[in-house]
Amino acid sequence: MKEISTTFTLTTFEINEIEKQKKYYENSRSVSIEALKIVQKKRGWVCDQAIIEIANILNLNPSEVESVATFYSQIYRQPVGRNVIRYCDSVVCYLTGYEKIKKFLEDYLFIKIGNTTVDGRFTLLPVCCLGNCDKAPTIMINEDLYSHLNPDLIPNLLELYK
Amino acid sequence: MNNIIPTEETHPLTWRLRNDRETVWIEEYCKKNGYFSLKKALKTMCPEDVVHLIKESGLKGRGGAGFSTGLKWSLMSKDNSSKIRYLLCNADEMEPGTYKDRFLMENIPHQLIEGMLLSAFALNVSRGYIFLRGEYIKAEYILKKSIQEAINFGFIGSNILNSGFNFELFLHTGAGRYICGEETALINSLEGRRANPRAKPPFPAVFGLWGKPTCVNNVETLSNVPSIVLHGVNWYKKLSKSTDTTGTKLMGFSGKVNNPGVWELPFGTTAREILEDYARGMKSGLFLKSWQPGGAGTDFLIEKHLDLPMDFTSIAKAGSRLGTAIAMAVDNKTNMISLVCNIEKFFSRESCGLCTPCREGLPWIVKILESLEKKEGHKNDVKNLERLCLDLSPGKTFCAHAPGAVEPLQSAIKYFRLEFEAGISIKKLKKCSNILGIQSNEFTSKV
Repeated sequence: MKEISTTFTLTTFEINEIEKQKKYYENSRSVSIEALKIVQKKRGWVCDQAIIEIANILNLNPSEVESVATFYSQIYRQPVGRNVIRYCDSVVCYLTGYEKIKKFLEDYLFIKIGNTTVDGRFTLLPVCCLGNCDKAPTIMINEDLYSHLNPDLIPNLLELYK
Repeated sequence: MNNIIPTEETHPLTWRLRNDRETVWIEEYCKKNGYFSLKKALKTMCPEDVVHLIKESGLKGRGGAGFSTGLKWSLMSKDNSSKIRYLLCNADEMEPGTYKDRFLMENIPHQLIEGMLLSAFALNVSRGYIFLRGEYIKAEYILKKSIQEAINFGFIGSNILNSGFNFELFLHTGAGRYICGEETALINSLEGRRANPRAKPPFPAVFGLWGKPTCVNNVETLSNVPSIVLHGVNWYKKLSKSTDTTGTKLMGFSGKVNNPGVWELPFGTTAREILEDYARGMKSGLFLKSWQPGGAGTDFLIEKHLDLPMDFTSIAKAGSRLGTAIAMAVDNKTNMISLVCNIEKFFSRESCGLCTPCREGLPWIVKILESLEKKEGHKNDVKNLERLCLDLSPGKTFCAHAPGAVEPLQSAIKYFRLEFEAGISIKKLKKCSNILGIQSNEFTSKV
């Protein structure tokens, strides 16, 4: 799963997307977060070589890009599964029972928080309040949001993600 | 109450909502008097008029702090020699228990865009950004599409409606971290840096994004601007039932209530009315133990405070903050230590780590709460928690993150001290009772 860094290059599409972002901001540094997101979109995570290449495009020091990449929780610096499950662990979901959902997911997938299943299909992560408290508890799988969740619904739900 | 049909006069923020809760796109928005305020302002008013109007209206920031919007606007540097200044919309809604900005952006995106256009006109700003949190995928899609619609209709661009006013609007999405909602951290994040807060002064109004005068307003605040411009100050003031705050507010209740949700209500509506009439009370078999008026960073209140009018002063007098006014009900079956522990874990995880009291104090609080939760607390633990609340109070940390974090803790201790003290373990010191013939003077001691 791990990409070999020596053969890593950004695709032309990725480079163009990053270049396009430059015109929205006063300087190229501002593009760094969006650039990381562009790279992560197809690859799932951001490897060391990608940091260096983004830094080259934006005319920054790689350590500056790295300092941003490691700060933001939705930029992954390690390989993740094909699907990322983010469960909301904030206070309203706590009141309505996110812990049962978290426990179920851990047992069902045989992983702990932050880990990836052996087959590389799922990664499990916590996330800040998803602003869906009136429909709590709530989880997000990739870019899809699910409301009023309970453990019984989870097995069928996960089948949608291969 | 629930039978009231929202009208333009009574529900300026939500009267355009569709029954099917689909997004109101530009054609429908224009049919429902959309962009009327922009036309009115560009034809009949000068920027100073708009600033004056908003100041007079008494509009207060809806992001949580409740600072006067007009005053914030008038602090923007008057120095016209630097032509560049920015308007930022804070759409980084991440306060646990808050879901109002998402509601506005997903349902009536053009109201926000029109609000930004009017604000930009008032502040002589020609470029604005919406800082949207990365996890709001649907809002991102809707806002992108809406901005493009507004460009196509000629509301965004150069020489808008032949007035000579230019404005371009960009959508910026974040990549997580609660602290991005702090306005100076938001500016750092937009500049592509770590979202650490900046020292103030200089305030963003003088030295903000890329060193230029910058105004940061919340989604709901900006969404209020069009109706004020269109209908005027007197109408806006009369909307509120409260003496200290004008207008309406999105208010809500979540937690174990029958009908959690968000509703547009006049300031001064009591919390009891929201809980009982709109959220239809606690689920059967449960009763209210305590509640937070507006997000995880506000002090807990108890049942007797339900009759307080929801406005900034009344809630502050009771020892809490109105915050985002999206309240959360705690039921009698919930353990306060576990609940507060959940909240503190959140704040501890989301601390940016810049200043020591916040970075070190919050994990310490979590550690103490975890041992109290397991009934393994040390005898001084509750006192230590109170001490930590003081050490993380306003003025002792770099930004408002840690002071916000200790608000629920200090109030939980205030109202539910016995629950906390019950977490202190009492063990008999059998081995200490007689060592080398010396008897311990504390036969039972709180370890």
